[in-house]
Amino acid sequence: MIAAIHLSGDVQVWIGALLTLMVFSFLWRDNPFYKFAEHVFVGVSAAYWMVMGFWTTLWPALVLKLFPAAGRWSSPDAPVGAWDPVALIPAALGLLMLARLWPRLSWLGKWPTAFALGTTAGYSLVRYLRSDFLYQIEATIGTGLAPTAAGRWLWQESLAQLLVLAGTVSGLVYFVNTREQRGAYGRVARWGLLVLMITFGASFGSAVMGRVALLVGRFQELLGPWLGIL
Amino acid sequence: MSGLKQRVPQIILTVVALLLIASAFVVRPEGSNAPFVQRLLAFADQEFATWFSILAVFAFLLGGLNLIATHLAKIRDCGPDRFYSLVTLVSFLGVLVIGTAKLGGPPGLQGDVTAPGSWLTAVFDAVLSPLHATLYSLLAFYIASASYRAFRARSLESSLLLASALIILLGRIPAGRYLTAWIPEQLAFLRVEELSLWILRVPNTAGQRALMIGIALGVIALAVRMIAGVEKDPRSGGDGS
Repeated sequence: MIAAIHLSGDVQVWIGALLTLMVFSFLWRDNPFYKFAEHVFVGVSAAYWMVMGFWTTLWPALVLKLFPAAGRWSSPDAPVGAWDPVALIPAALGLLMLARLWPRLSWLGKWPTAFALGTTAGYSLVRYLRSDFLYQIEATIGTGLAPTAAGRWLWQESLAQLLVLAGTVSGLVYFVNTREQRGAYGRVARWGLLVLMITFGASFGSAVMGRVALLVGRFQELLGPWLGIL
Repeated sequence: MSGLKQRVPQIILTVVALLLIASAFVVRPEGSNAPFVQRLLAFADQEFATWFSILAVFAFLLGGLNLIATHLAKIRDCGPDRFYSLVTLVSFLGVLVIGTAKLGGPPGLQGDVTAPGSWLTAVFDAVLSPLHATLYSLLAFYIASASYRAFRARSLESSLLLASALIILLGRIPAGRYLTAWIPEQLAFLRVEELSLWILRVPNTAGQRALMIGIALGVIALAVRMIAGVEKDPRSGGDGS
């Protein structure tokens, strides 16, 4: 028995459903409906994130520090803060970034870019050294290879940790390209490659599951709130 | 002048990065009597992240202005896709006005821009969220067709990749569990959900750690090269000058 259709009367649901169908139409081939949805997506997402950036970052961290009286617009009852001249530095860097719009001044845009790269390099070096290098080594060998619980040796855990250690080391050996991978060294690298292929397979499987979950979600939206079948 | 153009960006990059690296090894000062260097490093650690976020918003602004200029030029040139450029511009400017003026929802500028009932939230729920989810869900079809062509078991490596992906997929769906439910309790570790868990816990962990350590070494080397001024492109701002 086919369930009765109860079309939604909500404009938001209709817009979402029609845009969803427009995007799915690309499975047939590129067409004007898909192009329309694609261009709406570009325009809306660019403006949305710009607005979010303005109200969540630029307004409290820059505008209110340079023009404290502006706080009366957003929260009239809150006390007016003090003027913070330090905020002139990021304001100047931000304006220099906009200099890229004028070809003759575009070289000034390299200064904020350099600041952004310096910040990224500074934070990344410490963060990666700590969390992705030292902590990963610690997690691999730090707990020991003979874990026990209540005085009993957990041989299955030991075997798993030994395999993780062997897999990690051999995977790293595979990445070393400054030495020819021959003989025993080559066999270790080959084992590392196999471990990496299993890892890529697992990542691929997880990615497929994620996409399929999104697809199911879209069909649920179409069949549920829009058509009222579910 | 050319020296200023070339050297200042590298000096900014090096000084900023070194201050942040040094700040990671210095404890936060307590009180205003702390040495100047200690206060400077604490200031850098605290403020540079905020400045970076502010610059990111300016980058969005630059991107938005570029978007307007590009699509206005397309409309002016009466190109074949001018209608779509108009669609982009109208959606962009419309949402920009809605969000900047905080239309709908709590009154005026005092309200939260993402509060329930605000027009920006409505745009997110009705337009952005469905489009985002649908565009990403399209990949499910393309991944399926790509994997059919790429994952034919022609070697041990591709067979392992295929087997690992299949076990992970089957291990997470009810149908996969029914497939191996007949395996007796003594051999339960051979059931697909157990195999899936084992793959995630052992070989996947090993591979992910090898990748993370390898990437970390790469990032650290790149950061050192940038700080030392050996890396060419970032200093030149990507235009090679």
